[in-house]
Amino acid sequence: MTSQVSSPAGQADEANDADQADETVLGGQRAPHSEKAGVGEKEIRRLDRVIIRFAGDSGDGMQLTGDRFTSETASFGNDLSTLPNFPAEIRAPAGTLPGVSSFQLHFADHDILTPGDAPNVLVAMNPAALRANIGDVPRGAEIIVNTDEFTKRPMAKVGYETSPLEDGSLQAYNVHPVPLTTLTIEALKEFGLSRKEAERSKNMFALGLLSWMYHRPTDGTEAFLRAKFAKKPQIAEANVAAFRAGWNFGETTEDFAVSYEVAPATQTFPTGTYRNISGNLALSYGLIAAARQADLPLYLGSYPITPASDILHELSKHKNFGVRTFQAEDEIAGIGAALGAAFGGSLGVTTTSGPGVALKSETIGLAVSLELPLLIIDIQRGGPSTGLPTKTEQADLLQAMFGRNGEAPVPIVAPKTPADCFDAALDAARIALTYRTPVFLLSDGYLANGSEPWRIPDVDELPDLRVQFASGPNHELADGTEVFWPYKRDPQTLARPWAVPGTPGLEHRIGGIEKQDGTGNISYDPANHDFMVRTRQAKVDGIEVPDLEVDDPSGARTLVLGWGSTYGPITAAVRRLRAEGQSIAQAHLRHLNPFPRNLGEVLERYDKVVVPEMNLGQLATLIRAKYLVDAHSYNQVNGMPFKAEQLATALKEAIDA
Amino acid sequence: MPNTDQALPTGLPALQLVPKAEAKQSMKDFKSDQEVRWCPGCGDYAVLAAVQGFMPELGLAKENIVFVSGIGCSSRFPYYMNTYGMHSIHGRAPAIATGLASSRRDLSVWVVTGDGDALSIGGNHLIHALRRNVNLKILLFNNRIYGLTKGQYSPTSEVGKITKSTPMGSLDAPFNPVSLALGAEASFVARTVDSDRKHLTGVLREAAAHPGTALVEIYQNCNIFNDGAFEVLKDKDKAENAVIRLEHGQPIRFGTGQSKGVVRDPATGDLKVVEVTAENESQVLVHDAHAASPTTAFALSRLADPDTLHQTPIGVLRSVERPVYDTQMAEQLDTAVEQNGKGDLAALLAGNDNWTVVG
Repeated sequence: MTSQVSSPAGQADEANDADQADETVLGGQRAPHSEKAGVGEKEIRRLDRVIIRFAGDSGDGMQLTGDRFTSETASFGNDLSTLPNFPAEIRAPAGTLPGVSSFQLHFADHDILTPGDAPNVLVAMNPAALRANIGDVPRGAEIIVNTDEFTKRPMAKVGYETSPLEDGSLQAYNVHPVPLTTLTIEALKEFGLSRKEAERSKNMFALGLLSWMYHRPTDGTEAFLRAKFAKKPQIAEANVAAFRAGWNFGETTEDFAVSYEVAPATQTFPTGTYRNISGNLALSYGLIAAARQADLPLYLGSYPITPASDILHELSKHKNFGVRTFQAEDEIAGIGAALGAAFGGSLGVTTTSGPGVALKSETIGLAVSLELPLLIIDIQRGGPSTGLPTKTEQADLLQAMFGRNGEAPVPIVAPKTPADCFDAALDAARIALTYRTPVFLLSDGYLANGSEPWRIPDVDELPDLRVQFASGPNHELADGTEVFWPYKRDPQTLARPWAVPGTPGLEHRIGGIEKQDGTGNISYDPANHDFMVRTRQAKVDGIEVPDLEVDDPSGARTLVLGWGSTYGPITAAVRRLRAEGQSIAQAHLRHLNPFPRNLGEVLERYDKVVVPEMNLGQLATLIRAKYLVDAHSYNQVNGMPFKAEQLATALKEAIDA
Repeated sequence: MPNTDQALPTGLPALQLVPKAEAKQSMKDFKSDQEVRWCPGCGDYAVLAAVQGFMPELGLAKENIVFVSGIGCSSRFPYYMNTYGMHSIHGRAPAIATGLASSRRDLSVWVVTGDGDALSIGGNHLIHALRRNVNLKILLFNNRIYGLTKGQYSPTSEVGKITKSTPMGSLDAPFNPVSLALGAEASFVARTVDSDRKHLTGVLREAAAHPGTALVEIYQNCNIFNDGAFEVLKDKDKAENAVIRLEHGQPIRFGTGQSKGVVRDPATGDLKVVEVTAENESQVLVHDAHAASPTTAFALSRLADPDTLHQTPIGVLRSVERPVYDTQMAEQLDTAVEQNGKGDLAALLAGNDNWTVVG
């Protein structure tokens, strides 16, 4: 999918969008067109889409392999969507089930929305990878296994008493046994590497093989390897050699009789220049773009935490944009520094995940009271407590909404796809700067690490986010004296003036104690406090957000309402249902606080409202409380995104109920 | 944003980028219109007066001065200064001030904190600000008690202190803030006393001139909950034998008629106090605040008895130059521009691995 498809669903070619309807029935690769192989030539089949999962030990380099295959695929011009899935441990015990790391990639010649429910191809680098993933693989799918690892001990480690490669348990699959390790070592004989060093390149051998199978361009990967190991040319060349050996193995061995073509998705993409981008990268770029559009320096105060750290890493690379990154001593200092910088006139940002938000709560409350612009980026992960650091979840919505003492409203913005994180960052910055308020941006692990093609925007068309600092007195006392009142508000936005230190005549003191309306002086007056509480709420309630768009081509009676990263799976499920002739309406919220003005009216139009969430019903709770609508929750909190098929079934049940 | 390029050098290395005041200032210029609300007789008044009195000496544009505080009695301080100010949340002032100072080198940023704020709830931020050496001046008002919450023991209270929360006496060993700061790699550490305006001002002067984080511990009397805590250091008769006044380059002597001196114990390498005689006079340690190693400063800080406060050193214990965080942060930005050119957003977004779709 692309971030540029503005209307949620349905406008794409419906006929094409039976999309994933087949994969539950048949795991094998569809072959709408097949070219008969000539003598001595291998057969090439054309596919419209493929789902590949690379799985191995956490030390096997599966994420890198997946990333490279994704880059090759992106540069080839397919639409794609990815799902990295890895353990929290850097090196979990080798060969164990908890140590398995995988990377799933869905690519197609048409518009797709999710990383796919089930793989057509599983690459299993060891018995643990096979055991951990086989349950997701439909019968008929292809499985490529590294036979070198299927020896007694590694198999016993994961409970295989007999070899699944020999005991017939994989009969329903199309298994390709390949001695990946041996072949890699053999291919690298001339490099004079130790066995251990040579073995490390087996992921590149596998990548080469898969690149051959799917006709991927290879120049990018070779250039990447040479750049990555620029300081170790011998290792670079060894990896390139392993990569080429894998390709050649596919081309020569009889076991791989067929290769596949998935044509570029030329129909899907509007004219433009594209790149592949992950959510965290898009978000980082969005922040840099927001600072540029606001003409303010960007200041990131952050403490490393999975899955948000990549934003800190990325922003720290771009100091030539005037970006200051401060790795703080803890989460509290991270947001504290960002708030201090905001007081000084920077675009202050802090990045974190759920546990970090908990620690930052008091400072977020201070920012609410100080009414300074501040972005709080929460890359949600499984909770509570440490929870599942590398898995995705949407369970911080109520924390973002209410997780502070006192009445402390904070606007909330949520991106819906990896590429959309760019636009969401700009939108969050717009709200923070216009209304002088902290703003939550709720991404999650799935968006953060997943990737998709992104139409690169024209920088001249980015929104103007410039704001005026206060420069002089804004109030006249009864005696005619001109003074500066730090809490005298803009009548439209209710924003207070942003008077940065260094501005003569505007010296003022602000703080977390309740302030008198206008002057900002300390005030314990009951009526004033009541007024200030209501005013801060009214400011957030009054934030301008676009009306909610509903995709309802056939006057449905059931509405599915989502927010955040569930956009892809929900839209895919809706397409399936419509392909089956079902009638269902879809809407997706970017703004969770305040809600779009028309949300209540939209909800009223439907007999049934279903809210799928990767939590126990947090948006549904808000909807029910605010609009008195009997919203039905459909929930999953297993650390993984919804599968389209599963959602389609659930939505069908809701329609029929 | 104010133009920082027009900043005039002030002669003080820490304040080179801070614009100077156009006209001569007086103490009155630094008094805000807010009524001061500390308890009558509180030591905070004396410190406020000293700071307001000292500020004109710096000659800085007062709009470029910011006071940031946490929570506690002393943290109301910013409201009374006619500068920019932020009364933040408990313990976090050093973190907030770090963000401000590291993004605005044209500001003179001061942190006002107390023993509970800085050493208990905010201990982590304090030590990290010190090790980073951000251009902050931290005034730590130490009254050895919790005042605003009405009288519980603090992390600097003496062991066995009877308070509302410790009716049978407190069990915690106290921090020595100066020792703590030295251990946290502080480049400037000083101690002074609220009632000694001249000494306090002298220490502020040196702190202001110091590039990097300066920690100034100010012994401050809480006349409601811990009255007389520092009496031994203030009483004319007792102080002579209790206070060790440190001056850079001067022999460390105190007591009636300067009868006592600090020497190094050859057996242990530690410092000890001796009666000065003709024989040992040459062995009396000469104070070197600029010593590269903090070892001797630390040993000096340990001379004080935590219960009686006898042999309490005051003055600048350590003042050394080392790289300043915000300067280096700015230099990295400049270097990045030199190496990669000024950031080009279109080029960044385009990356080097893209493809074009033609309609």
